[in-house]
Amino acid sequence: MSDEAVKIPKALDGLGGWFDDRFHGARGVRVLMRKVFPDHWTFMLGEIALWSFVILLLTGTYLALFFVPSAQEVVYHGSYAKLDGISMSQAYASTLNISFDIRGGLLIRQIHHWAADMFMVAIFAHMLRVFFTGAYRKPREVNWLIGITLLLLGMLEGLFGYSLPDDQLSGAGLRIFEGVLQGIPIVGTYLAFFLFGGEFPGTAIIPRMYIIHVFLIPGLILALITAHLFIMFWQKHTQMPAYGNTERNVVGQPFWPYFLLKGQAWFFFIFGALAALSTFAQINPVWLYGPYTPLAISSASQPDWYMGILEGALRIMPSWEINFLGHTLTLSVLIPFAVPLGIIFTGAALWPFFEQWATGDRSEHHVNDRPRNAPARTGTGVAAICFYGILWAEGANDVLADNFDVPLYTITWIARIAVFVVPIGAYFVTKRICLGLQRHDTSMITHGLEIGIIKQLPDGGFVEEERPLTPEELGKIDSKKVPLALPAPGEPDANGVPAPASRGVMGWARGVANRAFTETVAPDGHGDGHPDGHEAIEGPEHAAVGAGEPGESGEHADEEH
Amino acid sequence: MSEIEEPAGPRRVIGTPSPAPVAVDTAEKPAEPPLVTDPPDKAHASRAERLVAALFVLAFLAGCGFIAAYIGLEVGEGNIPPGANAVDAAFRSNLALGLALAVVLLALGTGSMIWVRHLTPNIEIEEERHELKSAPKDRAAFKAEFADGAAISQVTKRPLLRRTLLLATAPLALAPLVLLRDLGPLPGTSLRYTVWRKGLRAVTLGALNPLRPGDFQPGSMITMIPEGFQDNPDALAKAGVILIKFEPGQLNFPDRYNGSTLIASMNWTIDNSLVAYSKICTHVGCPVALYEQTTHHILCPCHQSTFDATNGAWVIFGPAARPLPQLPLMVDSNGFLAAASDFPQPVGPSFWERG
Amino acid sequence: MSSIIARRRHPAAGYAAVAGGLVAVGVLYSMLSGGGASADAPAQATTQVAQGKSLFVQSCSSCHGLDAQGTSQAPSLIGAGAAAVYFQMSTGRMPAKELGAENERKPTDFTEQQIYAIADYIASLGGGPPIPSDEQVSTEGANTALGEELFSTNCAQCHGFAGAGGALTYGKNAPSLNASTPKQIYTAMLTGPEAMPVFGDGTVTPQEKRDIIAFIEDTKAEPNPGGLSLARTGTVTEGLLAWLGGLGFLILIAMWLTARRRDHAISERGEAEHASAEGLVVEKTEAEHTEHSS
Repeated sequence: MSDEAVKIPKALDGLGGWFDDRFHGARGVRVLMRKVFPDHWTFMLGEIALWSFVILLLTGTYLALFFVPSAQEVVYHGSYAKLDGISMSQAYASTLNISFDIRGGLLIRQIHHWAADMFMVAIFAHMLRVFFTGAYRKPREVNWLIGITLLLLGMLEGLFGYSLPDDQLSGAGLRIFEGVLQGIPIVGTYLAFFLFGGEFPGTAIIPRMYIIHVFLIPGLILALITAHLFIMFWQKHTQMPAYGNTERNVVGQPFWPYFLLKGQAWFFFIFGALAALSTFAQINPVWLYGPYTPLAISSASQPDWYMGILEGALRIMPSWEINFLGHTLTLSVLIPFAVPLGIIFTGAALWPFFEQWATGDRSEHHVNDRPRNAPARTGTGVAAICFYGILWAEGANDVLADNFDVPLYTITWIARIAVFVVPIGAYFVTKRICLGLQRHDTSMITHGLEIGIIKQLPDGGFVEEERPLTPEELGKIDSKKVPLALPAPGEPDANGVPAPASRGVMGWARGVANRAFTETVAPDGHGDGHPDGHEAIEGPEHAAVGAGEPGESGEHADEEH
Repeated sequence: MSEIEEPAGPRRVIGTPSPAPVAVDTAEKPAEPPLVTDPPDKAHASRAERLVAALFVLAFLAGCGFIAAYIGLEVGEGNIPPGANAVDAAFRSNLALGLALAVVLLALGTGSMIWVRHLTPNIEIEEERHELKSAPKDRAAFKAEFADGAAISQVTKRPLLRRTLLLATAPLALAPLVLLRDLGPLPGTSLRYTVWRKGLRAVTLGALNPLRPGDFQPGSMITMIPEGFQDNPDALAKAGVILIKFEPGQLNFPDRYNGSTLIASMNWTIDNSLVAYSKICTHVGCPVALYEQTTHHILCPCHQSTFDATNGAWVIFGPAARPLPQLPLMVDSNGFLAAASDFPQPVGPSFWERG
Repeated sequence: MSSIIARRRHPAAGYAAVAGGLVAVGVLYSMLSGGGASADAPAQATTQVAQGKSLFVQSCSSCHGLDAQGTSQAPSLIGAGAAAVYFQMSTGRMPAKELGAENERKPTDFTEQQIYAIADYIASLGGGPPIPSDEQVSTEGANTALGEELFSTNCAQCHGFAGAGGALTYGKNAPSLNASTPKQIYTAMLTGPEAMPVFGDGTVTPQEKRDIIAFIEDTKAEPNPGGLSLARTGTVTEGLLAWLGGLGFLILIAMWLTARRRDHAISERGEAEHASAEGLVVEKTEAEHTEHSS
């Protein structure tokens, strides 16, 4: 283990001194250098979003040098001969120009679009990781809310971004957007006319989307990402349950040089994956869609994937409109527009606070949960994924119908029923799976791991040898914290006054939620998953399989092995 | 855990810098074995170094390849040889540039990965978490200073000051919203009408041919627009129609009313077999033109609203809540198809004031 | 033979046996299944009517009736015209395989000449649109720009922006145009087969049909400059690739990046961080055994 100290070059030393004279940085930057970033592959998902955003900024700037955000009609005489002589907007013509007349233009355009898709994929994957590990709990609720805001901003940014080239597909999407706006009660027509500068399509929407897309929303996203990262720095990252990891420490490798080197590798891989996608997989071929005209449409018209849930919601909805007193309330449009995304965004935003309310757990958490150790949360998460996924799949119902030879309306009917039934079923199934996994864990803790060596006992029985878990294994497996059960609703104190938190409808609701959250397998392995179930059975350790002692086997008949 | 030490004596006045924290966990510890800086296995590390170097050299070559491909592969009609296909040129350039770029990045990534995993010692350290909640002393001091400052500013003691300040800034806060008014015109009644008028001829979209009823065969469908408006997308976005021709007897629906307004009638067809419906879906406005000859259904590809063309475009599936508006047709003096009037009801998606 | 038996335990023997079986089945199948239609030049018109009639009686009359008057299973073909026959038969849709939601393109058992014969016979029964000549479907000098406008407004909503096809109701679909010839496209527009509406010469003139065909042919022949086309279906396949390909690949890399290293973790001063797993287990197992075994 040799360790020649590295001699810092004089120039670098001098430069460092120059800055320190002015900024008092030595101690602070030293803290940063030794900052620990725990290692787990699931912690890297957020960085995919981060680097994808950086790549979006870089490629977007390049595209902005060539793109013309104008709806002014021109007759095309560029390199793409099939459209020669067609009248189209300058936005579309400049996009064709970028794709066919500028070296590297098509590549940069594709990287930009793939990066946008990956940005949203990464946000979702990261959000799901944070949810399933409970990393949104105190003190990280604000960061969770910032993340949800980033998700929403990302969706809007993508919507406006892919609508800029003014092609047939995205133009149809804008038409739907305008139709939805128009349907909003009281203010809808005003919103639509103000956004579009008059009737659809008008000429104002492209330059307006442009400034929103290249300036307003990226500025907001940049500010929020900065806040998101700063909070994460300040509060330190969470860590997975492991031997040596406690609520009071962070274990891992220091920022300098490990995290920098790993971050470098990760950036190159993300950029490289995007470059490979942009080389081998065509995305958003606007020349095939043709310039936007209001009377043309294609089959298999879907927005980019992250808007798919809205598309599916619009398709799944049966027709419903209320007319009264000269006014029309078009629920066919308003319900799909507001309800599914409303449920998901509001539910996600309120979840940390809901969980605190239901479990009464207001302590700080810096060690993540294994998803199986939080069955109610994991079940809810899976139910939400099913809800989102069914609507997303319904958004592609004509593609599914065409490719899998299922009648179109059948898919919609299946989705209409599944969107209610499947999430509920998924919650229960997932919860049972989590409890089963917990039982497996507790049996490993109490019995140890089987090591594959079978031994015969003197009395003829066979036993598989076991070894106890190592401290490392125990650190991970024995990490469950059982949430406290709140006092039962209606339980009065010594003077007969019921506890304030359990009074009334909210108190009853809280009790229901609390029971769902505390339904778990007891750490000593004698629970079966129900909070008021069988009593713990005391007795000798579990009999070996095949041994001739029926009494003991009978006693443990209802225990899980 | 580091604590901010309070100096003994009176409370600090605002503006005095706080004393530096005393205990810092970055302090040097005395007399220990030297820091580890090298990986454990020298031979393995040398092999890894050679591999990483080779990958970086590959990245360098690919990077040069990128520049060479940029210079060597032209795109655009003006730059490629005459007769060459611009799409082919774009394909070649994209493939070469993209492949080179991907190799550069992935080689750099793989090299960096092997570097950090095989050329560094596997050092793990532990950092302490500080209590996030401030010490009660600090909180109390904060509260006291905040209250002090608020008292000094007089804002708590002089409600007249407070309230007039709010009053003064209220219009300023509203001003940005007010400025947005000229983003667009008020909708007024523009959504209720299209450009169709009595006698305005219909022409085919694209070719701009006026048509006679005899040009249609049973089972035909074609998109038509008002003559003269082919370059007006705002007009087209509401005025486009599809004309469908049926066998005699297939088209059959009763007069329909919205309140007292007649909105669908067999009298508006030509020969009870040629009918014109708005091409703008009543759901959210996509062009609805997927006409199935065998079922007589008009399907909108956006959200699968389905309309029965033989029954006045009545909705039979999907989210649309109203049938497609029917355009009254007539034959003008030259025998060409024309509108007999504007649509009897607003076309396109529903809106609050629609009625 | 004995050399094969001698090698029966070779590591590659299993793979060789499967490969040989596949080849044998493939050869057998191609020998037994019929050949496709060959592109014979169509012969003279009227003399074919009789041949067409006998072919019709043989292959089509069981569903369409002996005089093409129609039965409960299939419509009358009187007045359907030669173009309809050409389209249905050259794409293999007719003779129909089964009475399902719609007939799909399949290899045809008839030669071009036979199809023309049957078409002539049907035309002789009641007129109807004729088969266009090669000049009539030629795309020389066609206006592809107008073709794009017409295709996108009248065709793309069913067939897709690039002719990749699309779903219709009740299990039907508008087929992909990738295998369609100009003559088939022309006759399809002219006759409106199955669910497709009729685009007669009155509403879409012959020149406009040629423009549309030129656009379709150009689109089909065009390479995909951005890489693989992902079936030219649009954003659904793109999204799938982003999740499965993009995220999947990156997750594998992340797992590699954060995997436990073979050299155990040490502190900065070189001390081992955790007790070796093996050492602990060996010590403890003996003691635990006496407890656990009954």
